[in-house]
Amino acid sequence: MENGFLIKTENLVKTYPMGQGFLVALNRVNLTFQKGEFAGLVGPSGSGKTTLLNIIGSLDVPTEGSTVVLGEKIENLSHKKAAQLRNKHIGFIFQTCNLLPVYTVYENIEFPLLLLGMTASERKKTVMKALEWVHLADRANSKPAQLSGGESQRVAIARAIVKEPKIILADEPTANLDAENSHNIMQIMGRLNRELDTTFIFATHDEKVMQYLRRKITLIDGRVAKDKILKPQKGGGEN
Amino acid sequence: MIIPRLALRNVLGAGLRTWLKVIVLSFVFVVIIWMQGFINGMNDQAEKAQMDAEYGGGQYWHKKYDPYDPFSLQDAHGKITEPLQNLIDNNQATPILIVQGSIYPQGRLRPILIKGIDPLQGIVSLPSNFLMQEEENLPVLIGSRMANNTGLKMGDYVTVQWRDVNGTFDALDAQVVQIMNTTVPSIDNNQIWVPLRKLQMMTSMEDEATLVVIDKNMEKPQNISEWTFKNLNFLLKDIKALAQTKTFGSMIIYVILLFLAMLAIFDTQILSIFRRRKEMGTLMALGLTRGKLILLFTLEGALQGVLAAIMAAIYGIPLLWYSFAKGWTMPQITDSMGFAIGEKLFPVFTAELIIGTFALVLITTTIVSYLPTRKISKLKPTDALRGKLS
Repeated sequence: MENGFLIKTENLVKTYPMGQGFLVALNRVNLTFQKGEFAGLVGPSGSGKTTLLNIIGSLDVPTEGSTVVLGEKIENLSHKKAAQLRNKHIGFIFQTCNLLPVYTVYENIEFPLLLLGMTASERKKTVMKALEWVHLADRANSKPAQLSGGESQRVAIARAIVKEPKIILADEPTANLDAENSHNIMQIMGRLNRELDTTFIFATHDEKVMQYLRRKITLIDGRVAKDKILKPQKGGGEN
Repeated sequence: MIIPRLALRNVLGAGLRTWLKVIVLSFVFVVIIWMQGFINGMNDQAEKAQMDAEYGGGQYWHKKYDPYDPFSLQDAHGKITEPLQNLIDNNQATPILIVQGSIYPQGRLRPILIKGIDPLQGIVSLPSNFLMQEEENLPVLIGSRMANNTGLKMGDYVTVQWRDVNGTFDALDAQVVQIMNTTVPSIDNNQIWVPLRKLQMMTSMEDEATLVVIDKNMEKPQNISEWTFKNLNFLLKDIKALAQTKTFGSMIIYVILLFLAMLAIFDTQILSIFRRRKEMGTLMALGLTRGKLILLFTLEGALQGVLAAIMAAIYGIPLLWYSFAKGWTMPQITDSMGFAIGEKLFPVFTAELIIGTFALVLITTTIVSYLPTRKISKLKPTDALRGKLS
């Protein structure tokens, strides 16, 4: 890590071709994230939240500028290196959970560990630990279709944290959940942040999520309009 | 080993979609093997029947004998030389004399070949022993096709006309002493079989023959002057060519069958890639490279081929075994196919056929499964997660 930061973006620009011209999704974004942050990117639809998460997560590359994640320049990474970075250090939580439908809950959570080449006994221990974190040990053999929305999102969280990554990127994780489930999920993530010191970055416009954030970055039209520390960075997260 | 395990999980997890493809593919497996087995059986049976009934282990032809030139037949006879006579005396060969002639069944002229054979021979499976009768009339053995075509029945008399060695016409009443059922049309159609000695006397061709059939078990035939040895490769050339035509015909059917199955797999694979693009995005987000994703999808297709082979084995082996053991009763019409096919056809399933079919279907399935996955190589994870194909 350079100078203690985990993620750093410099003059980040992302444009998409649109008709004759270009759509500017991110416009000169400069941000840094430290280890253990519990930060949120907020803003209206189309403000560039998901685009920024995708670039940080090495799923996309910037048009201009640079993004350094865990000392690796995202724009310089080969497809294979980027996949390795995601596999080892970055966990994703999606709005629609994106669980693999033919796998059981256990197998879904086990998947990243398989790619890491863990032994079967190690995998079993780690998956059961992750299931206990999200209170779903009794649903290990269920298929995603048999789960409620809240349970599915908890499985997605377990899948993201099972390999104990340094960074978890959550794109609208509570968008499809009711208030009770949203609070449960945020509490789980807050606890993981404290216990594992994992950096969480959310893209959200859900008020329920915002009340848990310790740092709120407001994006408007691809620019950082506001970057505010709400609570001390360590030890917070659970209200 | 992760990717094959994941592929197997995905294939088994896909449930009915997988099993529908597997059933179709297994059907292709069984039909190809079954059809090809029957064609092989037909070819083998035809060759064996032809060897048993006509060719033996090969034939010595008189140097002027040309079965495709009827005009040469008049001169295609010669004295049985000593080496040949030795073979005949040792029951290792049997001479056949062939002359042109005519018969007059129901008063109608019918050009035929008159073939003289030793009634006591045991070289070919022709029932020549029926010609042993010591009667004034010429005993005649004909095949069932010939009997049908001429309306001759057992015990019927028919006038036989021929020319002797000097070209003089002669005629005699002959009696049909036996009608043989044979699967070999070339010893049946348009010919009658008579005792060799009698035909030699009738034609003044004492101790002469047109060809000499040698025993199937005889090794390395020797060169004999005035006589040309024709081995089985030569004699079975026409049958092999005919078999090849039939094999080609059956190949067209199974190529069409394979093509249709592959079209279905190609189609479902494209559909699968389109339907699973979000899943692909998720897998990429979890750290799977595009190359591994392509491998995963290709392996899924190939595994369906393997499952199809297993399923084909489950219901195909008993079915094929039953066909092999019981044979297939052939319809009457096959009698006129110009091919020696028995009343029952027994398929031949060789290891080469089974392994070859397995390899063919598996390789084709893998290629067909791979082709649509090339789209993945251009897939952006962000597009995939949004459910778009780049």
